Amino acid sequence: MISLEEHLLELRASGRKLLLPYVTGGYPVDEWPRLIEGFASAGADAMEIGIPFSDPVMDGPTIQEASSIALANGSNPQMVLDAVSGADPGVPLVAMTYYNLCYRMGHKRFASSLVKAGMSGAILPDLPLEEAGEWATEADEAGIATVMLAAPTADDARLEKVCERARGFVYGVGLVGITGERAELSKSALSIAKRLKNLTDKPVIIGIGISNPEQAAEVCEVADGVVVASAIIRRMLDGGSTDEAIEFVAALRAGLDSV
Amino acid sequence: MAVTNPAGPTMGDPDNTGRFGRFGGRYVPETLVPACAELEAAFKEAWSDQGFRDEFEETLREYGGRPSPMTECHNLSKELGFRILLKREDLNHTGSHKINNVLGQALLAKRMGKTRLVAETGAGQHGVASATAAALLGMECIVYMGEVDVKRQALNVFRMQLLGTEVRTAMSGSRTLKDAVNEAMRYWVASVETTHYCLGSVMGPHPYPWMVREFHTVIGNEAREQCAKLLGDSNPVPDVVVACVGGGSNAAGIFSGFADTDAEMVGVEPAGGAAVGRQVPGVVHGSLSYLMQDEFGQVQEAHSVSAGLDYPGVGPEHAHLADIGRARYESVTDTEVLDAFQLLSRSEGIIPALEPAHGLAWMVKAKDELAGKTVLLNLSGRGDKDVAQVQAILDGDPEALSTMRP
Ligand SMILES: Cc1ncc(COP(=O)(O)O)c(C=O)c1O
Repeated sequence: MISLEEHLLELRASGRKLLLPYVTGGYPVDEWPRLIEGFASAGADAMEIGIPFSDPVMDGPTIQEASSIALANGSNPQMVLDAVSGADPGVPLVAMTYYNLCYRMGHKRFASSLVKAGMSGAILPDLPLEEAGEWATEADEAGIATVMLAAPTADDARLEKVCERARGFVYGVGLVGITGERAELSKSALSIAKRLKNLTDKPVIIGIGISNPEQAAEVCEVADGVVVASAIIRRMLDGGSTDEAIEFVAALRAGLDSV
Repeated sequence: MAVTNPAGPTMGDPDNTGRFGRFGGRYVPETLVPACAELEAAFKEAWSDQGFRDEFEETLREYGGRPSPMTECHNLSKELGFRILLKREDLNHTGSHKINNVLGQALLAKRMGKTRLVAETGAGQHGVASATAAALLGMECIVYMGEVDVKRQALNVFRMQLLGTEVRTAMSGSRTLKDAVNEAMRYWVASVETTHYCLGSVMGPHPYPWMVREFHTVIGNEAREQCAKLLGDSNPVPDVVVACVGGGSNAAGIFSGFADTDAEMVGVEPAGGAAVGRQVPGVVHGSLSYLMQDEFGQVQEAHSVSAGLDYPGVGPEHAHLADIGRARYESVTDTEVLDAFQLLSRSEGIIPALEPAHGLAWMVKAKDELAGKTVLLNLSGRGDKDVAQVQAILDGDPEALSTMRP
């Protein structure tokens, strides 16, 4: 298993801006596993694999819809992890899901299931600093990086604590809101990136609201990289093929390489 | 900060992580953590300020119509074989207990400088109460309501609109209360700087379960006094205190007045939404509590004829009260509820909301156990909002019947 943080730091040191696209585990229903290798070969440096949850409060309509299609077609955490363990993308994979799925499975078992599936980290957006302790300790022990979200609503003292607890990278929340595309890059994306870069040497990756190669490049004037989710998933919900999603990831790559 | 003393008073303050025993906490997106902390500080400050307390009490009295009376059901007591007292929250302004919490939160939000309320609603009672408080205090208000509930509670949708509130239909998931909460939380994540989330029950992240209970303790405090007056010095406390449990706010309010007595406390859940009854802990909507979920942890959809109880979770303090055995939780079916709804109407001339009809339904079922006792039921709301739905069910309307699980 590749250590998420070391992998990203090495790439950053080489002057590369980091691209982390998102895949919903179970959408498009049968084809989604091929996105993992496809995105990797299109230039992804790591990837978020969403494990669908019934009540995703941090997600806007796009990810909600992909999740509910996946769930309606029988997606469950075990199936997602089984499919992931069969993939060989050559870049680290990070599980993105909500805490109850982890809690229900048990911290230890959830961590070891991620390890068994070959995953490197986990993002649990409804598990903030004060509640993360038990899980994060268990994850540390298993070698799973607990990525922490850092929000624009926090003061610097809090951001500092969040950065300290973060493993793998710090996920800067690009706007005050939920996932979904936005016509323009939020001003808060650049300001949270700046604040985090001043506070930590860990990779600072900005996500939520990053919608196209131009926005990705703009935020990477400051940040180390971006997470892009809704903009990818929406293309497929609109009828685009998985190949078109992969092409879009390649375009994001080109955007970042222009920085 | 308050720290739970395990030997301390039941229904005291939560510990400094917002827990009642092992339940509660603050499981929210990072974006909301500062807002929850700010709310906690503001509530603590206001609740220990006599000026705020006086303003709250005056508003409850002059605007909300408190104190609500206690009514002894002479006819029904004879029929069932035990003494029945009703705490008449149905007689409050807007027709349910929900107004207590909403006036408290709206006054607090105003004090915090927020200009807008966002709320979720199931039956529409909390939505109507929120819309009412917003109108009174000159605030904007947005209420999310599941599509299923918009249909079965059409009258309350129109009420909210009349009051100047924007009602938004939640189209995701089961399209009931749980999904309205999701949408309200999403809205709050995006507008947290100007908006107060006016949560309608003793659920959600700390400080909500505690704060909402505190705003409802007025029910228990009044009831304790009224019981003492009615029952006399030798036996001033009822044997059993009963309330329906959706999220659990009306139950928490009335239980709080009797937690330190030897009265038995019974919370009644709908059979299709019995989170405590199923005893499986989980995390959703900000707290760890009992939660209806599948083997993987996906939240299950509740089913209840009553929109206000159609919720797969329950407030964390109820999970704790069940855990330590201080309260017990029972469930009743939709059919039993409809019978109780008609029974109270016919025998006492009081049409209850479907939610507190759950409490009465359990009392009917448990009448042998209750024989000779004094039982206090929190009549949390009036039935006007449910009359059209019940009529359609009794007329055999297929769509209305489809909201029933026998
Ligand atoms: C009259 C009435 N009682 C009870 C409830 C359930 O809420 P809680 O369990 O928080 O008291 C509702 C909710 O809409 C209600 O309208």
